[in-house]
Amino acid sequence: MKSDVMTRTAVQTPLTASADPMVEIRDLHVHFGTPRRQVQAVNGVDLTLARGEVLTILGESGSGKSVTLRSLMRLLPERKTRLTGSVRVDGQDVLAMSRRELSRFRGRTAAMIFQEPMLAFDPVFTVGDQIAETVCRHEGVSRREGLARALELFDRVRIPSAKRRLANYPYELSGGMSQRAMIALALSCRPKLLLADEPTTALDATVQIQILLLLRELQRELGMSVIFVTHDMGVANEISDRIAVMYAGRLVETGAVDSVIAQPRHPYTLGLMHSRASGELRGQRLSAIPGAPPDMSAPPPGCAFAPRCPHADATCTQALPGMSELGDGHRAACWRLGETAS
Amino acid sequence: MSLTLDTAVSPMAAPPAEPGYWRSVFARLRRDPVAMVAGLILLAIVLMAIFAPWLAPQSPYSTSMLHRLQPIGSPGFPLGSDELGRDVLSRLIHGARLSLLIGVMPVINAFVIGSAIGIVAGFVGGRTNTVIMRVIDVFYAFPAVLLAIALAGALGAGLVNSLFSLTVVFIPPIARVAESVTTQVRSVDYIEAARASGARSLTIIRRHVLGNVLGPIFVYATSLISVSMILASGLSFLGLGARPPMPEWGLMLNTMRDAIYVNPWVTVLPGMMIFTVSICFNMLSDGLRSAMDVKL
Amino acid sequence: MSHQARKEDSRNAAPLVTSDPRDRGGRAQPLLRVKGLRKHFVIKRDLLGRPLSRVHAVDGIDFEVRKGETLGIVGESGCGKSTTARLLMHLLQPDGGEVIFDGDPVGTRGGLSLREMRRQMQMVFQNSYASLNPRMTIEESIAFGPQVHGVGRRESRQRARRLLDQVGLLPERFAQRYPHELSGGQRQRVNIARALALEPRLLILDEAVSALDKSVEAQVLNLLGDLKQEYGLTYLFISHDLNVVRYISDRVMVMYLGKVAEVGDSEALYRAPAHPYTRALMSAMPSLEPGRRTQTAPLAGDPPNPIDLPPGCRFCPRCPLAVDLCRGTEPELAALPGGGHLSACHRADEVQAAVSNPQPSVEESVR
Repeated sequence: MKSDVMTRTAVQTPLTASADPMVEIRDLHVHFGTPRRQVQAVNGVDLTLARGEVLTILGESGSGKSVTLRSLMRLLPERKTRLTGSVRVDGQDVLAMSRRELSRFRGRTAAMIFQEPMLAFDPVFTVGDQIAETVCRHEGVSRREGLARALELFDRVRIPSAKRRLANYPYELSGGMSQRAMIALALSCRPKLLLADEPTTALDATVQIQILLLLRELQRELGMSVIFVTHDMGVANEISDRIAVMYAGRLVETGAVDSVIAQPRHPYTLGLMHSRASGELRGQRLSAIPGAPPDMSAPPPGCAFAPRCPHADATCTQALPGMSELGDGHRAACWRLGETAS
Repeated sequence: MSLTLDTAVSPMAAPPAEPGYWRSVFARLRRDPVAMVAGLILLAIVLMAIFAPWLAPQSPYSTSMLHRLQPIGSPGFPLGSDELGRDVLSRLIHGARLSLLIGVMPVINAFVIGSAIGIVAGFVGGRTNTVIMRVIDVFYAFPAVLLAIALAGALGAGLVNSLFSLTVVFIPPIARVAESVTTQVRSVDYIEAARASGARSLTIIRRHVLGNVLGPIFVYATSLISVSMILASGLSFLGLGARPPMPEWGLMLNTMRDAIYVNPWVTVLPGMMIFTVSICFNMLSDGLRSAMDVKL
Repeated sequence: MSHQARKEDSRNAAPLVTSDPRDRGGRAQPLLRVKGLRKHFVIKRDLLGRPLSRVHAVDGIDFEVRKGETLGIVGESGCGKSTTARLLMHLLQPDGGEVIFDGDPVGTRGGLSLREMRRQMQMVFQNSYASLNPRMTIEESIAFGPQVHGVGRRESRQRARRLLDQVGLLPERFAQRYPHELSGGQRQRVNIARALALEPRLLILDEAVSALDKSVEAQVLNLLGDLKQEYGLTYLFISHDLNVVRYISDRVMVMYLGKVAEVGDSEALYRAPAHPYTRALMSAMPSLEPGRRTQTAPLAGDPPNPIDLPPGCRFCPRCPLAVDLCRGTEPELAALPGGGHLSACHRADEVQAAVSNPQPSVEESVR
């Protein structure tokens, strides 16, 4: 049943051989909740990001992809969240940071962009002032230098007539423009790691591709590491070097973007690929994944995808599959990988 | 017959059954100790008002020149007596009836009238809304106390007139809240969907708007009861509400105020009753607000 | 499995539209014909209340929806696709234009009354949660429409349960539920059931699958296909997702700033788009081929707001092919040779020629 190329590897093996990774997540668990209802949003995620690498976490709503991203900066409400495992970014232990260390860490080591740029800006100050202020606060430079830096950043994110735009209030900017401004804000303290939480999902198609190209370009120029969260495979393909597919709080498949998209092996990834609507399939039924994702306050034992999986057998519903190496850093967590090879 | 194979193969998981909305509101309210204590105190006072004739040791009207201004704890007068020798405990118990009535009734009336005005204004929108809300604003511009005194004064002293004037005072704020809540609800998709199904405005208001706006308006109205209690007592105190010798807390405060140096503790009692009832209503309405404020 | 196979067969067979007793003009007559539909929103007035500037949300559009087909409408934010849907349902009052439903003008004297029209035309909204009353059970929500049209309480509830079954939700498990207890996909099924409760002939789907996760989207698309077959429905499918529109639509209409840019048979339009905007939209779709990433963005900047538009073609400020003619004269929607494919571009022929030309040069000329 199992092909012999496959060898079960220990979970600790890093995905890319890198002595000094940018991000190293080990056995991350995130539980939310009130005493009456516990939601197990993330259940044991292991993830390594090399320096200068772009990784996409691909998943549906409720898969835990945004929660994983937010725990990298400890942006989750502390009182309601239980975080366990280890999260190291640029050699620092994020979960052990004090409040002061954390605020220095945020912005300087890691910065984040969101789906809603309006939430990143205060509506009563101009965008230029806000970026200058961030620079001043983090780097202790004068306001003048801060403003000069803001202008430079606006040029860098290709905002036309940057000087005039700096004096705009957030609501005066169009969707794509405010997304660019937010990227400028995130880059203002030269972070080494950029976290992007579906930054293009709310945008029109013609604007989305511009932002994706911009991010790609900035990443190359600045040599940043990027973790990009999306539910869109096309976006993942456009932006990333590596993809990590998440389902029900766990990684189910990771690998280089080419191998995951060209030869997905986990039944969930396969299902996502096959259920996409396209012109060629017109007049035919789509092979949709049946059912719905599990309720994360009571996740099923064993593989969480088993209830929806066409390959599932008794093993799948009882025991949790570990990650199996498929070659070239392509790995999947499934008991029935022998059946999913193309 | 099942058309969708995707779901027929593995039937969609239905979430565990949850109780209805109002039942869950009351379940949450029951877990709020402050609101529960306030509610129990109010319940006790209401019961006291209902069973006043059986609970009161004496008649609230029987005077006795021999036992005027007795202090608390005097034999036969557990809470002392007033300037005419009437038993204060009995008068407080009987007074609950009138005080609650003139405190709560205006808010109930204003809730009905104000909600109707506000919902119509909010639902119709446009010019109609502007006209109605400007008129409401004119009334709103007067301080509540002044408006109540002016109206009650102009209509002449008496219970009915004070009830009426307080109702008028509370219509504008309730109508404002009703209008703003309705305006929000009006633009939500399910109202559009109802309109798209060909329903007439009245049907839409009855089936879709009311259920979603009455809750918040009701919470706001309960918070007004405390104000109403105090205003009503104030009117009685000024001689514009209940008339002597009726037992009413505000009026009692008025008639006994001359004796404040003689018997301060007895004099303060009706004031404490007013204070207790209004603060209880406030706490209950606060609890209700947070119990209802759940993301559905 | 055999059930599935049977379904595939029936799908390929001709649609069963003609049997509808409400059909008046026969197959050849379009189910919906829209002429010069227009809606401007005034956003600023002078002191006397005269309009100073307006949003040309829908600016005189003509199109028709044929019986039994699915017409897809695509475009970006501000193109007027959702406003069009609301105008058709008369949720917004049009400023001008005519809507003719199966030969009967809607909302005019002697024509179809709004109430009757709404029985035959229904709509599913994008936001599955906001379009259900949070205080009503699923069953009550679905039964509301029929009750409004005089169906008795018991019967409308039975109909609601039947429809729940049809959209793949077990009635005994879901009828008494409230919207917040359901997932997004389940709620959208309920919304579809609610729209079908009035037995409409035309269903407007306004971004009905856009908010759903991809795996759920496929389920709902399948459901829509099945229901269309079962009831002989006609769809007006509005979306910003070109792949989904291409999958579901027989014909596609592309809108830009309140105007129709291009309309034609789905395959023809995707194979040889005849409007530079359609081309741009298509090349803006993220590539799904590993190793073949998009290298240049087809358009710069955001889609502008349709406020106080300049004369000439509205796309010309962003158009790589614009010439003086485009700046001065607004192009009419005109038929291309071959018929059935219309484009509002002065240089439609060149655009089309450039695409069907297998060699790149297009990239160059468009850039």
